[in-house]
Amino acid sequence: MEIKNKPTRDGYGEALLILGETNKNVVVLDADVAKSTRADWFSDKYPERFIDMGIAEQDMLGTAAGLSIAGKIPFVSTYGVFLAGRAWDQIRTTICYSNLNVKLGGAHGGISVGPDGATHQGLEEVAIMRVLPNMTVVVPCDAIETKKATLAAAAMYGPCYLRFGREAVPIVTEENTPFEIGKGYVLKDGKDVSIIANGSMVFEALRASEELQKEGIEARVINLHTVKPIDENILIKAAYDTGAIVTAEEHQITGGMGSAVAEIVSRNQPVPIEMIGIFDTFGESGTPDELMTKYGLTYLDIIKAAKRVIERK
Amino acid sequence: MEENLKEICKVIRKDIITMIHQAGSGHPGGSLSAVELMVGLYFNKMKHNPKQPGWGERDRFFLSKGHACPVHYSVLARSGYYPVEELNSLRKLGSCLQGHPNFCRLPGLESSSGSLGQGLSIANGVALAAKMDDKNFRIYCLLGDGELNEGQVWEAMMTSAHHKLNNICAIVDYNKVQLDGPISSIKELSPLSDKWKAFNWNVIEIDGHHMKQVLDAYDAAAHCKDKPSVIIAHTIKGKGISFMENKAEWHGKAPNAQELELALAELK
Repeated sequence: MEIKNKPTRDGYGEALLILGETNKNVVVLDADVAKSTRADWFSDKYPERFIDMGIAEQDMLGTAAGLSIAGKIPFVSTYGVFLAGRAWDQIRTTICYSNLNVKLGGAHGGISVGPDGATHQGLEEVAIMRVLPNMTVVVPCDAIETKKATLAAAAMYGPCYLRFGREAVPIVTEENTPFEIGKGYVLKDGKDVSIIANGSMVFEALRASEELQKEGIEARVINLHTVKPIDENILIKAAYDTGAIVTAEEHQITGGMGSAVAEIVSRNQPVPIEMIGIFDTFGESGTPDELMTKYGLTYLDIIKAAKRVIERK
Repeated sequence: MEENLKEICKVIRKDIITMIHQAGSGHPGGSLSAVELMVGLYFNKMKHNPKQPGWGERDRFFLSKGHACPVHYSVLARSGYYPVEELNSLRKLGSCLQGHPNFCRLPGLESSSGSLGQGLSIANGVALAAKMDDKNFRIYCLLGDGELNEGQVWEAMMTSAHHKLNNICAIVDYNKVQLDGPISSIKELSPLSDKWKAFNWNVIEIDGHHMKQVLDAYDAAAHCKDKPSVIIAHTIKGKGISFMENKAEWHGKAPNAQELELALAELK
């Protein structure tokens, strides 16, 4: 099968163009990185509904809050480290506390951002967003799913954080693959171990499962694109059916999707869990492939983790 | 008219110290300094309808200095948004009157606040939406002077001016005292008017306890068509209660029963 690559941020840009056409209440804000986030596609076509806030993330989130209070649906984008990190209190106290309808497009999530180095590699956004009451957190796996997630975020009420990446990643879903915020889905069934992944790690999980199959290990692969609200049923069922779980995400282990899975599984159907992610360290400059390899975020790492966790059953 | 507003100011000041006394905590100093500014808006200049808090054409008010909510709560109650008796519930479990304002709990609020520096950005968002939708209502935002320490305020000042948001009227309650002490000993603001002018704002400087100056300032702001306007209101922290005036210690302290009695006697 031929694999097509495309950056997930392109899906964000495409969805904004659709929303520009279909929903006149949608407005887009960016903090001087519209070319990187693909918000510039919207600004070219709908300049009267686009505001470049300059390099002022805190002001941008407050302005978005005001727009939402006035009935608009603001989509706010910049790099995830600055969006989720620099404006966290604005997101918490102004947006989430009042449950305002603001959508956050966090670009450049993950270590695969590459040569820009640690300052620009978002590795903590999922943790610091999912602790906020009223917040929804989605980490789509490819450009098609990012487009669907962005459209779904516009259709729901309330604050929603969308995390996407810089690099072109393989397209693993299709236009007609079902997508619903809050519902994970099984990409490939199996009985020996469940690999639960999101973002760029979904492709790695699928690849790992193919290799494991050659060794007679049947791995279930679950795309857990929504970290909050989390799909408890699919997790409990995975724990019950397979008795072992590997989580895989391009994010800090602490507080990320793996932690969220462990919170559910440990309370409902405790089974051994191994986690793939960043282990309490910052990234560095390098090519995306070099970094994913050095920091243990490839299918090979998932295979090892799957074997370890099966041993622990 | 002005005499009537001055009488209302007395009622509001009594509410403020009484409710903070009953709560056992709260922020009297910066509530008392903003009384004339708030009364001038809610009882004279602002278009609003307490029976229909969501009326689309209403003028909007944002309390950026959320800790001064006792003055806002009192003004809203005395305007008719909810019964005055509600003021007794300030800061108590289950109350609509949270220690700092919660948008979801109380009619008449346009936003939550309490984390400083954020109100002007929110006001700008509403002002931008109003421009997009050709709405003519005005948007007011009350800021504390200590609050101007927050960098976000200066980001927002640039945003208002860049977009020529003439529907915005910011008000600085310039009482010269913040929690830890005098502004001048912590982070000097002077020359404050020059700073706003340099950011391309129409600046109106007044005595914030002089009701006629307050009302005239709101009119002057509404008449400026090419820029956002700011009213730099020189005020006295703790205004109206002699032993609280200009005292940083009364930024966030409740009066005890004896102090309440003294204060109420001064406001007769």
